[in-house]
Amino acid sequence: MSQQHGFLGFVHRQRRGAELFLLILALLVGIGAYVAVGLGVEGTVPANIIGYGGWLAVLVVGCHVTVRIVAPYADPVLLPVVAALNGLGLAVIHRLDLAGDSTFAQQQLVWMTIGVLLFVATLVFLRDHRVLQRFTYTSGLTAIVLLVMPMMPFIGVEKNGARIWVNLGPIGLQPGEIAKVLLVIAFAGYLVLHRDALALAGRRLLFVDLPRGRDLGPILAMWLVSLGILVFQRDLGSSLLFFGLFLVMLYVATERPGWLVVGGTLFLAGAFLGYQAFSHVQTRVNIWIDPFDDFFGQGNQIAESLFGMAWGGLLGRGFGQGSPDRIPFAETDFIMGAIGEELGLTGVMAVVLLYGIIVERGLRVALVCRDGFGKLVATGLAVVLAIQVFVVIGGVTKLIPLTGLTTPFLSYGGSSLVANWVIIALLLRISDQARRPVPDLSSASDADADSESTQVVNLR
Amino acid sequence: MNKPIRTMAIFCMLLFLGLMANATYLQYIQADELSESQYNRRVIVESFSRERGAILVGRDPVAESRPSDDEYKFQRTYPQPLRYAHVTGWFSYFSQAGVERTQNDVLSGEDDRLFVTRLLDMVSNSSPQGGSVELTLSQAAQVAAYDGLAALGENVQGAVVALEPSTGKVLAMVSSPSFDPNRLASHDLGAVQDVDQELNTREDEPKLNRAISTTLPPGSTFKLVTAAAAIETGNYDADALVPGGPTYQLPQSTVKIGNGGRSCGTDRIPMIQALEQSCNTTFLALAEELGNEKMTEQAEKFGFNATSLEDLAGQAPSKYPEGANEPNTALTGIGQFDVTATPLQMAMVVSAIANDGDLMRPYLVDEVRSPDLDTLDKTEPERIREAMSSSTAFELKKMLVSVVANGTGTPAAIPGVDVGGKTGTAESGSDQRTNYAWFVSLAPADDPQVAVAVMIQNAGVPNDDIAGGRLAGPIAKSVMEAVIDQ
Repeated sequence: MSQQHGFLGFVHRQRRGAELFLLILALLVGIGAYVAVGLGVEGTVPANIIGYGGWLAVLVVGCHVTVRIVAPYADPVLLPVVAALNGLGLAVIHRLDLAGDSTFAQQQLVWMTIGVLLFVATLVFLRDHRVLQRFTYTSGLTAIVLLVMPMMPFIGVEKNGARIWVNLGPIGLQPGEIAKVLLVIAFAGYLVLHRDALALAGRRLLFVDLPRGRDLGPILAMWLVSLGILVFQRDLGSSLLFFGLFLVMLYVATERPGWLVVGGTLFLAGAFLGYQAFSHVQTRVNIWIDPFDDFFGQGNQIAESLFGMAWGGLLGRGFGQGSPDRIPFAETDFIMGAIGEELGLTGVMAVVLLYGIIVERGLRVALVCRDGFGKLVATGLAVVLAIQVFVVIGGVTKLIPLTGLTTPFLSYGGSSLVANWVIIALLLRISDQARRPVPDLSSASDADADSESTQVVNLR
Repeated sequence: MNKPIRTMAIFCMLLFLGLMANATYLQYIQADELSESQYNRRVIVESFSRERGAILVGRDPVAESRPSDDEYKFQRTYPQPLRYAHVTGWFSYFSQAGVERTQNDVLSGEDDRLFVTRLLDMVSNSSPQGGSVELTLSQAAQVAAYDGLAALGENVQGAVVALEPSTGKVLAMVSSPSFDPNRLASHDLGAVQDVDQELNTREDEPKLNRAISTTLPPGSTFKLVTAAAAIETGNYDADALVPGGPTYQLPQSTVKIGNGGRSCGTDRIPMIQALEQSCNTTFLALAEELGNEKMTEQAEKFGFNATSLEDLAGQAPSKYPEGANEPNTALTGIGQFDVTATPLQMAMVVSAIANDGDLMRPYLVDEVRSPDLDTLDKTEPERIREAMSSSTAFELKKMLVSVVANGTGTPAAIPGVDVGGKTGTAESGSDQRTNYAWFVSLAPADDPQVAVAVMIQNAGVPNDDIAGGRLAGPIAKSVMEAVIDQ
């Protein structure tokens, strides 16, 4: 592949100027939304606009400078899109704070700062993503430990029917969000080593080439453990997320669509059994079929969200003109309901498009990446975002049954925000590696041999 | 690995397209349906906080939004609550009714005709205002009608409808007992629920608009329809001789029906006398002679078996039993058997007679105005159909005048004005005590300005036409006077 690059003489441009320009637009979205919230709810520009806007600008410019120095060839679109989403999310959370007398936005800003610091740290300390391949099993094990943590006494906490939280002193964490990133690395590291064995060795059974048990075993075990824990914790959203992630990475690694058929069948069977066995699954499905049937009970949240989005219409009521505070937990799972109400279909479309851009840019990174591990990691990260966005927004808009997940970068929630910033850092690191010009190894050793016939391609 | 990655890219694109399509469905196509859900409080809270347009009668608001100091910026207020309750309806946190409901788009400012106003409000950042609705009601007629019913005592249930015959304008619409919509529009939501509960469980159903929603046997007032059908055949006029006599032998039955002691001759009498004395024997015989088909046709021309008022919800169709057998058809001729009518329907019958046979569509909303009082829309009177020829109408009018001048309708007479009217008393079932007094009238006969129907339930009067006229006639009289004196 590297020879091909050299031969064609194609070099990706850095496009850091474009990134800066887009970042300024993203800042305008974030700060503009914050001002609009102040004007809409309280009738004045927020008093702390200079400090708030300044802080956002510092964070964003910090990211940009870091990327410019340590990953100059990184994708120029990802960071601005993420900055816009995060800024918009902060403004919407601030708007809900004003309605409900809470201070989530401040905490979210702190978490964003931590997220950005981790983003910078990831880019600075991880100069080559292939290093992560060494931590395949460590990542897998850590992920499982993280997933088990909420089940442990003293630190595990149950909130809103799902036991997915741990309390570490003053701060609460959702370890599942961090496990998400680690599982992608673990899956990728394992699959890139065993993909040939998985794809080619084994016997054929009912149109499907089943791999050998020793190839599939470890990863299957890893997946089953994580899935089992999630089912035990009643975290349907994450179960769906990890299952989908595993399936897609297996398919991409082996290039065998049969896996999708097998996985899809397993999913349907699992969903059916889950529906039969667990009352909370039945509840979710019933709410999905008719949220108004139990309007004052279980169906209230989704019904209010639907009312809000319908009330928002095409252009939305405008910040402060709707009543998104009618939706319980609007600042976490149902932030899209609040956006739909006050920014309308236009706002929802814009947000979904932004997510679409992140995912497609992530997959593009996977396409141009030169090593299998990088390809798998990028695919996994992009797909994990895609599934998460689909599951949560689809649930809020009643496309599919609701399963609790956070909306990446928008929802209030520290673990999720920090984990997603790290995901973007990893994608940028891989894209920097992929788009960087190929080191000109040929010139030193081969130049003497046929310098006459070979024209040296000047890459820079 | 690039091929599966490309496949995944397409798959993810499909997922996102699915989200977008679903959001479009939700926020554009399904939006109206969701906004109308009974559970949806957003729409109502929003309209609570908005300056809703007034409902006007003449120049006086009968429903208006006044500034309030609580969480909602405006309080809906009904300055004359009891008189107008069934027309204005109410605007509560939990439900809406009456004109408040049917004209909600205009009053809240959402109507398309207010688009420019709404745009200007948006640009100038002023809070949106609703348009106002002017009703066709006449303040004087409404007061006369309400006071007349109220004077009969607390237990009386009844309704009055007055129409302007030439246009179909509803000049008065009252139902008794009434209620106070202010208590339902209150911002004290707990109290509102209590009041609502109380009103809904009361046996005399104060929320029911008896003028359009209660159908009862119209009794002798229906003889006008029978007479119209008879004259329309061309065989009769006011002076033509019709069957009379003290009793009528119901076909296929041993039942004999008399006239309650009123003088209906011995054999054949002029039709005008038969109507003056409200002779059952005459109209039983006429209905039998005309047959069910002709009776149905005439009743439906007057608006039976259909609804006509579009400005209020809940109008019950008045019924004429199509395909009834011979004895039952005879009974329909005096407004018994399965004939039922709303007070509005009977007002339409007499209004068509007053308007030379043309039945006009009754309407309540006269004008729709923008917040700065520009007329956006004025209702054009609409002729539903010709209920009878003008000569038939002329004959009927002549007979109605004679009923008031010489017959059972004397309580409605106004000195110096030619008033036409017809009494009615009906019973439903065998219970003699639960009968209904009816009175329909028009005035002045030469150029009718008003047609009235009065219906009184539970009046506790004997089953006697004269008694019915004595009870309901004066109310009709005062309503007619109120309109004519203007």
